[in-house]
Amino acid sequence: MSRVTKFAARDPGPLARVAGFIAHLRENGLRLGVAEADIAMAALTEVDAIHPDESRRALRAVCTGCKEDSDRFDALFDSYWMDAGRVKRKIIPSPSPTTSKDVHSSRDAKGEDAGTSGAATSPDTEGGEAESDGTGKLIATEQRNLSRRDLRDLVRGDEIAQAEEVARRIGAALRDKRSRRRIADRKGDRLHFRKTIRQSMATGGEPMRLLRKRRPDRTRKIVAICDVSGSMSVYAQVFLAFLAGLMRADTSADAYLFHTRLVRITEALRDKDAMRAIGRMSLMADGFGGGSKIGPSLMRFADTYAKRFVDGRSVVLILSDGYDTEPPQLIATALEKLRKRGCRIVWLNPLKGWEDYAPVAGGMAAALPYLDHFAAANTLADLAALETELATI
Amino acid sequence: MPRLAEHMMTWSDLKSALAGEGYVASDDLAVALQLALSLGRPLLLEGAAGVGKTEIARTLATVQQTRLIRLQCYEGLDAAQAIYEWNYQRQLLTIRAAAEGGETGKAVEDRIFSRDFLLERPLLAAITQEQPPVLLIDEIDRADEEFEAYLLEILSDYQVSIPELGTITAVTRPIVILTSNGTRDLSDALRRRCLYTYVEYPNRTTELAILNARCPDIEARLAAQIIGFVQKLREEDLEKTPGVAEMLDFAAALLGLGLSDLTEDPAILQSTLTTLLKTQSDQSQITSEVAARIAGKAA
Repeated sequence: MSRVTKFAARDPGPLARVAGFIAHLRENGLRLGVAEADIAMAALTEVDAIHPDESRRALRAVCTGCKEDSDRFDALFDSYWMDAGRVKRKIIPSPSPTTSKDVHSSRDAKGEDAGTSGAATSPDTEGGEAESDGTGKLIATEQRNLSRRDLRDLVRGDEIAQAEEVARRIGAALRDKRSRRRIADRKGDRLHFRKTIRQSMATGGEPMRLLRKRRPDRTRKIVAICDVSGSMSVYAQVFLAFLAGLMRADTSADAYLFHTRLVRITEALRDKDAMRAIGRMSLMADGFGGGSKIGPSLMRFADTYAKRFVDGRSVVLILSDGYDTEPPQLIATALEKLRKRGCRIVWLNPLKGWEDYAPVAGGMAAALPYLDHFAAANTLADLAALETELATI
Repeated sequence: MPRLAEHMMTWSDLKSALAGEGYVASDDLAVALQLALSLGRPLLLEGAAGVGKTEIARTLATVQQTRLIRLQCYEGLDAAQAIYEWNYQRQLLTIRAAAEGGETGKAVEDRIFSRDFLLERPLLAAITQEQPPVLLIDEIDRADEEFEAYLLEILSDYQVSIPELGTITAVTRPIVILTSNGTRDLSDALRRRCLYTYVEYPNRTTELAILNARCPDIEARLAAQIIGFVQKLREEDLEKTPGVAEMLDFAAALLGLGLSDLTEDPAILQSTLTTLLKTQSDQSQITSEVAARIAGKAA
């Protein structure tokens, strides 16, 4: 018996089937536009489309864009085209109401929805985060501490304004000097031939004025990862204000929270109203003040978000005390992976300010070799003082 | 824009044509290449270093009997290096010479901003060829995002605007192959515009075919041992997994040393491992005992 899906008699034809397949892929998180359906059709006419294997190869080349897509493609192809002879009645699935525009980060979008739907005290639906998560399930759901704290009790509006200023200064201090393109500049280190020649036309081809060019500084992208586990809750006030300020000061910054799992809070914190942003964040930071799983959280970060948001111009700021309930080796592996992306890693540990603190906590010791900078930070003033040190990394 | 003459070629024809030039492609790759040729779309190849991403462009150019134009990307690659640059020194000399000859402004200007004074860089060269060349944009992930955005423009319009000269539109559409090692995530826009294939390490039969194609006079037993050894070695937890290129070096080293059996002399085997293991920690991990064990299993 054929394994190929049968289509209902009233099915409008191959074009609609391909469109249906594209819609099926889109539902499952592949980023495909309208043009892809055309290209897919064109591709199918180029191969022997009667054979499922040929169609599979052709559609894979057209519809996938990265290794992850490519790995998932076989299963998606089978579920649409190779449905063991079952008759498919409805070709184009009706769009589900939960589909967000940004299919890759459906989890963030969910959290965002939860945040906008009500006040910070409204109950967070437990399923809201776990469903529609595709293959990547959230880690450590069993061990989550479900205590819920409203972070708005912790952070005051004026602190955010203060933090914003600090974050802005830190952002300005972190400049990347490695740009290889040059721009015109009076005090540049090289001749700007193009402009010089242009100008020399005015003086009969005699280059009277030599124009120069230099390497411009590039801004670095700050990616902040904040630990909000139980051991860190005393410092949470400062760090959360800092995160909120950072997001308001720097439009390219990126922020994450973790305790037993990792949440991206960038979108929530971009809310224009600072206190509402904190409210939305506390909805997402469900489990605040619970246990800490630094290693797995950083690992998850390195394996997922970092691939999209961390590059050679990023500075990853980790705000954590390094007390981990998981084996420290995980932290080392995660940081090593991060380093390979070419970013700088700065670890701000509130405990380092203590008089005879030594980084003996297993996690911290494992992390040390991979850090570009390891500093203390308990208060906003401490963070502000980092400005000069960070300028040198 | 003229269609490619080879567009009637099926992917299996293409695959055997590539094999004739010593490149053994997987079916997935052959289909993707054939689609890239017939649909006129760029093909993005990703995969670990040393699986033959760059080589495919070279071989494709040979098969199509056309030029290979290569643009090696690096951080800070800019328009002057990738597209065009005026030959400033020559322009200066010409201006001076013209001034002495009494030539006037407008004529000189027209002359020094003509095609003669334009230094073509790979992207411009690729769109001005009579016969569509293979344009290899190697390690696109090393270039920065601004360049990627510019590349998108070229790949969609196939034209370059030069302020002093006007717009140069493609004479023929090049066959574009982009490769990436994944050191940075590429933008979705670029991925969307390209066909995509992830090139895996070849399986045992494919790799044996590659070895036989490249070293035709190798003994069958040694060839099988080499492939078995390399495939087993890839399963070890190494920092840098050896690719196909390394395997070929390894085979060449063994042939050069006149070894006819991997298990024959552990000392020689160990000394040839430098062709496969490229980091200090990998070399210390695969000691001669481990190597002998793997060779024993492969034999």
